[in-house]
Amino acid sequence: MIAIIDYGVGNLFSLRSSFAAIGESAVVTSDERVIASAERLILPGVGAFGDAAELLHSTGLDEVVKSECEKGKPLMGICLGMQLLFTEGLEYGSHRGLDLIGGVVRPIAERIEPGLKIPHIGWNALEIKRPDPILKYVAGGDCVYFVHSFFADTEPEFISSTAEYGGTLTASVRRDNIWGCQFHPEKSGRVGLNILKAFSEVQA
Amino acid sequence: MITKRIIPCLDVRDGRVVKGVNFKSLSDVSDPVALAEYYTESGADELVFYDITASYENRALFTDILARTAERVFIPLTVGGGINSVEDFDRVLKCGADKVSVNSGAIRNPCLIREASKKYGDQCVVLSADIKRVGGEFRVFSKGGREDTGLEAIAWIKRGVSLGAGEVVVNSIDTDGVKGGFDTELLRLVCDAVSVPVIASGGAGCAEDFVKLWREVPDVDAGLAASVFHFGEVKIPELKNLLAENGMSVRR
Repeated sequence: MIAIIDYGVGNLFSLRSSFAAIGESAVVTSDERVIASAERLILPGVGAFGDAAELLHSTGLDEVVKSECEKGKPLMGICLGMQLLFTEGLEYGSHRGLDLIGGVVRPIAERIEPGLKIPHIGWNALEIKRPDPILKYVAGGDCVYFVHSFFADTEPEFISSTAEYGGTLTASVRRDNIWGCQFHPEKSGRVGLNILKAFSEVQA
Repeated sequence: MITKRIIPCLDVRDGRVVKGVNFKSLSDVSDPVALAEYYTESGADELVFYDITASYENRALFTDILARTAERVFIPLTVGGGINSVEDFDRVLKCGADKVSVNSGAIRNPCLIREASKKYGDQCVVLSADIKRVGGEFRVFSKGGREDTGLEAIAWIKRGVSLGAGEVVVNSIDTDGVKGGFDTELLRLVCDAVSVPVIASGGAGCAEDFVKLWREVPDVDAGLAASVFHFGEVKIPELKNLLAENGMSVRR
């Protein structure tokens, strides 16, 4: 069973439906016991980094997620949920993330050519940087759906794929049992469903 | 590089797709869920569901359709039609919509754009404007294109974006239904005025119209159409091949 962590941010309808579509049971939950009994965790999120980090902290779910990860449980952060995995986020000030992966979440304006539209919205091609189990069904050049104005600035060793948008943006990351996708796999058609399927197959 | 998006629009009334839709592979051509699945399989990059249900009582049919679609279709879904309040946003977002487009509701109450974008994020709020040339200027029309609001189109769109709209749908009443191509003059003005994604609507009659759109206004992010897709005059896989042959970046 997959636990989609509900800390009051965003719409989890599509995520739950997409797991159902690939035959995986997933529950939306904020219950510590359910999270502890799940085989895998999804950390979703839309909105601003600071607000979401505060909600994770005030619900105590930050510590729950961290302790489950320390036990080796697979975790995948999606969109803002991926950004929260990092040390710090620079959206409307500086905010502490979960610090599960070292790095800073910065405005994409710092990385891309001036004049391009922000947010980076739409379907963009993945460039695979290193083999990764969650990308096992993905071919370089496959498109996924992005909506974001910030990107994870981290070490190349953690970056499994990128997207070009007048500069190179981090698309997916991994450190040990912790994965993250900047794009929305639940909105990326078959390619996205295959990423969720691959995540549901990773072994702790 | 980011790809140009192709977006079919489905008008839904009382839970059924209106405008004759004719696909051999579909047994029920007015079933929005089946049609949404068909378009997704054929390579649509996003879908727009436009609720033209007249009676309040039948609104529940629309959200039911939306939820059933979102359970089976995993590409972005935008919903429009009758969105007048933050509660309307909430109603459709809970059923699986990703973005909500506002039109007359935002003209009546521009603060709706700000309230909704604060609550759900700019990426969720799409400003849709029906625009027509009147006496040498571009005017915004409301109520499905029936009423001249007197608002100058570019000024209104800029205001909407400054209030928090994350995307703009530009629907040209002058080219809509004529099938002579998109309104590239108007679209160029909008693209020069705002820095958010711009979606072209109104006028597509054949696949070449999309090529012409992006050749003349490369900054446009997406092309939206209804009847050319519904009647099979433009097939999305063939359209994408044509765009790619013309050097345009598309998802295939």
